[in-house]
Amino acid sequence: MTEHQKDRFATGVIYFLVGIVVILLAGILGNILINGLPHLSWHFLTSESSDFQAGGGVRDQLFNSVYLLVLTTIISLPIALGAAIYLSEYARDNWITHLIRSTIEILSSLPSIVVGLFGYLLFVVQFGFGFSILSGALALTFFNLPILTSNIEESLKGVSATQREAGLALGLSNWKTIRGIVVPAALPGIITGVVLSGGRIFGEAATLIYTAGQSGSLVDYHNWNPLSPTSFLNVMRPAETLAVHIWKVNTEGIISDATAVSAATGALLVLVVIIFNLSARYFGNKLYQKLTAAK
Amino acid sequence: MTKIITTKAVRLKYGNSEALHGIDLDFEAKQLTTLIGPSGCGKSTFLRCLNRMNDDIPNVHISGDIKFEGHDIYTNKTDLVALRKEVGMVFQQPTPFPFSVFDNVAFGLRLARIKDKALIEERVIESLKQAAIWNETKDVLNRNAQRFSGGQQQRICIARALAVRPKVVLLDEPTSALDPISSAEVEQTLIQLKRQYTFIMVTHNLQQASRISDQTAFFMNGDLIESGATEKMFIKPKRQMTNDYLNGRFG
Repeated sequence: MTEHQKDRFATGVIYFLVGIVVILLAGILGNILINGLPHLSWHFLTSESSDFQAGGGVRDQLFNSVYLLVLTTIISLPIALGAAIYLSEYARDNWITHLIRSTIEILSSLPSIVVGLFGYLLFVVQFGFGFSILSGALALTFFNLPILTSNIEESLKGVSATQREAGLALGLSNWKTIRGIVVPAALPGIITGVVLSGGRIFGEAATLIYTAGQSGSLVDYHNWNPLSPTSFLNVMRPAETLAVHIWKVNTEGIISDATAVSAATGALLVLVVIIFNLSARYFGNKLYQKLTAAK
Repeated sequence: MTKIITTKAVRLKYGNSEALHGIDLDFEAKQLTTLIGPSGCGKSTFLRCLNRMNDDIPNVHISGDIKFEGHDIYTNKTDLVALRKEVGMVFQQPTPFPFSVFDNVAFGLRLARIKDKALIEERVIESLKQAAIWNETKDVLNRNAQRFSGGQQQRICIARALAVRPKVVLLDEPTSALDPISSAEVEQTLIQLKRQYTFIMVTHNLQQASRISDQTAFFMNGDLIESGATEKMFIKPKRQMTNDYLNGRFG
């Protein structure tokens, strides 16, 4: 083979491999949407799930999924941001930081079922939070922290050292340089990290089965008092999410339309993740533009 | 003429290796002084001592005497914010922050807790004019400063350094990352400003040093070999080593 032929061959192989990835992903996505979308209806989105009869919806599961995602992000983002700032800006290169880094790597590959059982023992049993949104959100924080931290750390490290020097040369303290220059400059990467981990949280089932529980209790969407047991904002009530719902109707569900319900729930899950993705990017870009005047 | 910065027996060690072997060099106010010498001779290291930019490098030990307007700048009580407000710095790579042109130039002012918006705006405009970048930015002050060309970015950085009205501006090879046209623009800016500010500039470009500087100091292997008026040094250097370097026989 000549150099030219080798080049064409290699290019061909690369295109072929990319083709496989695209076909696989498009196939999965298409399959979920084609099977699920016909069963999606306004009624499905706005009615309660049913335990015995056909025709139930996923109103509570949809809300619970979004609520858990928001709570988990609120809890884990500040912690991850702080840890990432420490690791990228302050940490010296010694055995303690090596230990922290390897711990984060190990934790990020921890099976979610293990996180779920750990969360069950610690939050549900030990702290007595019971099967609740709070237990679920805390367990998901454990699940989420390692990846979010290393994503944010990477984006902070991507900000060039000359920016930090320029900040110091203007008389900024270390902290002001980080807050005023490094974090705003790293914002797009930080947003990507939040979006990626958001998708993971949204689709997570195993962690929640043991922490947020399954039983859909009575939820009143007009009750805005978060301390009332029936309020939709109450964090101490058990809450089934979309992903847990799919698992449940397919394992212990006895409804006759289980296939249709899980197909529709699956499609809804994918759609919500896409919407979350796009809107997080949109608002993230708006914030970035506002901070940096990037047009 | 008044001496604005004086240094005596400045030594700097990275761990066990000494990079500066005792430098005595004084800088005249409102003059442009260039520091020249082959790579690794210590001129940038010395420049960075003058506003304590070497402080954050691990294992650095600095001894000797560096005074700004007669005050030792290496005491425990030295206010680094105040010092760097008086002794600004511009780097080799243009370093605009990822904000608008206006916010970049106003950064130091806001840091100095100037709240008066009219004053900030006046200073920003004046500084952009001084740095000869006003005509190119006046209609796009809200544009991200990183979206300008390298030469424009460097002049925005000069404007940012000038905005806090420093007495001295340190320039670490400010044109070496720029193309010839941009670098000529920056040179022009410095020539126009050198009666108002004290500039201390490191450069590898000997023509540039001879074109724009009043004083020149020649460094070699961590020692100051010779310093004096640029014209004299370039025409008739006192030392053979300086003569060899200026004629391109090493370096």
